[in-house]
Amino acid sequence: MVDAEVKLSVRGLRISYGDHVALDGVDLDVRANEILGIIGPAGSGKTSFLRALNRMDELDTAMTVEGDILFDGRNVRDVRNVYALRRRIGVVFPLPVGLPMTIYDNVAFAPRIRGIRKRAQLDEIVERCLRRAALWEEVKDRLKALGSLLSGGQQQRLTIARALSQDPDLLLLDEFSIAVDPVTTMRIEDVLRGLKDELTIILVTNLVQQARRLADRTAFFLNGELVEVGVTEALFTGPVVDQRTRDYVEGRFG
Amino acid sequence: MFAATALDHRNRRTQRAFKALFGLMTLMLITPVIIILTVLVVKGGPALSMEFLFSAPSNGMTAGGIFPALVGTVWLVAVALLASVPVGVASAIYLAEYAPDNWFTRLINLAIINLAGVPSIVHALFGVGAFVLFAGFGESILAASLTLAVMTLPVVIVATRESLQAVPKAFREACWNMGATRWQTIWKVVLPNSISGILTGVILEVSRTSGETAPIMFTGAALFLPFLPQGVLDQTMALSLHLFVLSTQVPNVPEHLEYGVALVLIGMVLAMNALSIGFRVYLRGRKKW
Ligand SMILES: Nc1ncnc2c1ncn2[C@@H]1O[C@H](COP(=O)(O)OP(=O)(O)OP(=O)(O)O)[C@@H](O)[C@H]1O
Ligand SMILES: [Mg+2]
Repeated sequence: MVDAEVKLSVRGLRISYGDHVALDGVDLDVRANEILGIIGPAGSGKTSFLRALNRMDELDTAMTVEGDILFDGRNVRDVRNVYALRRRIGVVFPLPVGLPMTIYDNVAFAPRIRGIRKRAQLDEIVERCLRRAALWEEVKDRLKALGSLLSGGQQQRLTIARALSQDPDLLLLDEFSIAVDPVTTMRIEDVLRGLKDELTIILVTNLVQQARRLADRTAFFLNGELVEVGVTEALFTGPVVDQRTRDYVEGRFG
Repeated sequence: MFAATALDHRNRRTQRAFKALFGLMTLMLITPVIIILTVLVVKGGPALSMEFLFSAPSNGMTAGGIFPALVGTVWLVAVALLASVPVGVASAIYLAEYAPDNWFTRLINLAIINLAGVPSIVHALFGVGAFVLFAGFGESILAASLTLAVMTLPVVIVATRESLQAVPKAFREACWNMGATRWQTIWKVVLPNSISGILTGVILEVSRTSGETAPIMFTGAALFLPFLPQGVLDQTMALSLHLFVLSTQVPNVPEHLEYGVALVLIGMVLAMNALSIGFRVYLRGRKKW
């Protein structure tokens, strides 16, 4: 049943915080090398969904995840080495987090923790990842400056470079443009389009138009329920679509 | 257009009254400090000399200097630091970074807070029971320092925990998401950004122990012992106890001697505090986020 095309397969996913159910009954496949958009109003469970994928729930005692998440056919619950699992999944948060260390060390962090020590190799990874995150030109002369003191938009690209330095198969972006200006947003969107050849991307966004620009397919979450998932353009213009989805993407909601 | 209403006037009067009141309170707060320092300097200053600092008391402690007590206090504080800092910092790291948030952890935290409130004389008696008698260290620097260490442990833990918690959660999450273990996160991100705060807090708190008298009185500090300690199992004199003895136990001590001891003791504490404040200012200047 699991064909090579499917990167991530989610079945019967239920996420709760204590008595509060944040997400229930989610069945969803993510294909290799696609950008899957996830849209939905605040509190619909988008961030919780991402956190379940790399088992961040284990670091939050209140959060419980049930159901199956198959990553390349392996149930992530059964992965013994959770650190190796997390290394294959890059994450970008809504608010950019430059770690309080140099720009170089930010990007070299993930390679170092997986044991890469050689200077030349690290140099190569740092440059490649910064280039791909469209940040290299701005910081190449000050790699020794603090990453946490870059501007918000630069820090967000630094975060992307850092996620790429993990050499991930799957990149999760959670409302990455919330603290970023429109020009930088466009640059990052270009970067993401370019990355599609190498990895699979899940893009959570509050901007419906961003999903429309980038996502091959889009899923609509509402109140902890996956209302539907389909080819992005179809959600906006196609004929057979849940009325709630259509209302949401057209901004006629509530 | 901007004419003040009656309400504006009343608000302004209230505001002035409170400002004056709070200012007065602050003044009252620092007055005793200023008076104490002035008296100490005026009365104790004349006693200070190389000879006072570097010779032993003589003539039944009515003359001579304070050298054994000075050295003894340094020993006591240093050994107490060696004992309390590793244990305190390690438990604070465990409590802040590893421990799950459950009733047991909360109980431990409650215990730590209460431990900080235990009177020093109770610690002293505990020290006699645990270190002098049970552990068999006898009255010694080791027993006295361990007693001081137990007493300072809660403050070391609290100071460390606060420094750790000042490092934003987002940094930790970023590391965990990259596949770092908790220890890698602590070692590479949390500690480098809190170690200086930890040290500052620790110096500040431990400097206070140098003035403690009760905990060392029955556990290792001697009334009169004009030799320097040779090791941690020796007894020793200490500045705080020496001051107590001079002022209450020995007749006919010249006043300037007593004040001199007090001045040296308070000078040591203030010097350590100044060091720690300077450290803090320096660190704030290079804050990384
Ligand atoms: N750590 C937590 N503890 C308790 N409840 C939580 C926690 N995180 C999220 N929730 C709850 O779970 C539900 C889903 O939250 P989630 O953050 O996944 O929403 P979201 O779709 O990402 O919203 P937004 O668009 O505002 O980011 C919300 O009702 C929220 O209150
Ligand atoms: Mg969210």
